[in-house]
Amino acid sequence: MNLFLQQLINGLNVGSIYALIAIGYTMVYGIIKLINFAHGEIMMFGAYFAFIAATSFQLPVWAVLLSSMIIMSIIGVTIEFIAYRPLRNAPRLSALITAIGVSLFLQNLALIIFKPDPKVMPKIFPETIYKLGEIDISSTTLITIGLSLFFMVLLDLYIRKTKQGRAMRAVSEDKDAAILMGINVNRTISLTFAVGSALGALGGVLFSVAYIQVYPTMGVMPGLKAFIAAVLGGIGIIPGAMLGGFIIGMVETMTKAYLSTTWADAIVFAILIIVLLFKPTGILGKNTREKV
Amino acid sequence: MKKRVLSVLLVMIFTASIFAFAGCTTSGGSADADVVKLGFIGPMTGDAAIYGSSAEEGAQLAVAEINEAGGIDGKNIELVAYDSKADQTEAINAYNRLRDQDGVVAVIGGTLSGETLAMKDIMVQDNMPVLSPTATAVEVTEDAPNVFRTCFLDDYQGQAAANFAATTLSAKTAALLIGTGNPYSEGVSEAFKTAFTAKGGTIAGSESYGTADKDFSAQLTKIKDMNPDVVFVPDYVQTVGPILQKAKEMGITAKFVGADGWDGVQEEYADAAQGNYFTNHYAADSPSETVQNFITAYKAEYNKVPNSFAALGYDAVCAMVAAITAAGSTESADIITALGATDHPGVTGTLKFDEEGNPKDKEVTIIKIDGGQLKFDSTVVNQ
Repeated sequence: MNLFLQQLINGLNVGSIYALIAIGYTMVYGIIKLINFAHGEIMMFGAYFAFIAATSFQLPVWAVLLSSMIIMSIIGVTIEFIAYRPLRNAPRLSALITAIGVSLFLQNLALIIFKPDPKVMPKIFPETIYKLGEIDISSTTLITIGLSLFFMVLLDLYIRKTKQGRAMRAVSEDKDAAILMGINVNRTISLTFAVGSALGALGGVLFSVAYIQVYPTMGVMPGLKAFIAAVLGGIGIIPGAMLGGFIIGMVETMTKAYLSTTWADAIVFAILIIVLLFKPTGILGKNTREKV
Repeated sequence: MKKRVLSVLLVMIFTASIFAFAGCTTSGGSADADVVKLGFIGPMTGDAAIYGSSAEEGAQLAVAEINEAGGIDGKNIELVAYDSKADQTEAINAYNRLRDQDGVVAVIGGTLSGETLAMKDIMVQDNMPVLSPTATAVEVTEDAPNVFRTCFLDDYQGQAAANFAATTLSAKTAALLIGTGNPYSEGVSEAFKTAFTAKGGTIAGSESYGTADKDFSAQLTKIKDMNPDVVFVPDYVQTVGPILQKAKEMGITAKFVGADGWDGVQEEYADAAQGNYFTNHYAADSPSETVQNFITAYKAEYNKVPNSFAALGYDAVCAMVAAITAAGSTESADIITALGATDHPGVTGTLKFDEEGNPKDKEVTIIKIDGGQLKFDSTVVNQ
């Protein structure tokens, strides 16, 4: 039983990181119907900036997290402005291809700047082990899950209570009607990218603290899995991304724990196929029909 | 009109770039009669960069020393090195380039077992004299009369690790953590398992991970639950480091034992690796004169203490040059015969080959990681 609970906590740990990254995917899709494949690289650069902040500048923990999130928001907005805005009215395929291009560009940029050798993330969180009955939880795990939940609640409040949050929801629902209502659509979309990228960066930092290494292709797998999480929960629906992230984290950990490590990735990807075949709108998605 | 100009311009740029990069691969392939060329293949970038670059540094040091002492009958040696990036296709391309464009008479390589196995068939076909400094997988020298190696084999070091764990560490139970798809990790752990059970120990369990996996929490949680005396993790530094770190985070108290791939783990993962052991080819604090001379020369050149890969690279070049000198010619067949008769006192021990091309009766050094340093613990010779 204890082993099971221990694995459950492992699943929550990796699941919360996937959830943070999945939110970025889902927010962007919700607002401009684009799957931002470069989001995994945003996570990766977030980790690198945190690494630089922690090692070259020796900043305290909160400064490391904030600086990484703020820098990546700016970069996320810049990417949107340069790569996606000009294609706002182009066919969806063009924007998708551009997104893949941006992803490859960022990976190779990181390769040139930082070199392929993995960097070791210093321990910015205190390292203690807490005992909850028979179960051991490390402080890093607690901080990861805690921070993720905190920011997810914060985001939820932001979307529901603030004016900009309502604007984001409006633009997601109907862009043209939002323009008619006087909402500055460009600004709202940029804000969405900023928030999504900030959360992606946080995911990247937490990932690199949990798994120690920072390297140029570190965003590929987690990015893909977070994307699957977003689709599973319902692409475009933020609580869906959170739910999907935790489910994928659980599935991956439990498969490794009880089935086989080699099957873990295969099963996660199989979930994507099954979801798309049977319920493409995801768990929390509604079957909206276009009314003529 | 604007679109047309733009697309024509792009096509011209792409075409030009093809020619620019095609130019990069050709090198001066003319055979120089006064230079004996040796080839070197190993990973110099990526996760396994430390192995290739260290082995190359050791090799280059040997080349410099030999040239200073007069070379081979007055001819200078040149080491042509290529980066395999730990990728098997890259390694094969590198070998083809060494053979065709650089005209090397022998190859010091590959560094990793995976890439050496990938090149093995072509090397055997060409009857190229090959001395791998560090490839430890058993299959590397099987049915390959022209392929030799300076290092002990995976099954040899797996056995040594098991003997060490059972005897010196008095371990009764052991858990294995294996990297699937990595012939090195799989080979050494297989040997450990056999030898450990033969010594009366029990294998508490065996967990595995994929080569690209970075999340070991599920496997380590299971291992912690098994509560073994010793955990055996034979893999490369960039995988072992995070594993040890995670294990420490989870509060696993078992001793971790590794294989020669651990060399270098004390640099970035000193904390996590504290108090653990691994099997290695040599110890930097060994009192032997040969070892200390090598370390002094290496420090003077590269400003750091050499790891075992550097030592093996150095020994490989020295042994190869000794064979070419003894053969008195650069013909493949002559070099191969001379290699077979090698009796060379190297930094990593006396080098003598058996019929397979593997070193005979080599000592395995057990290293303990203490305070961020590698300290000599003991030696094991398998019965």
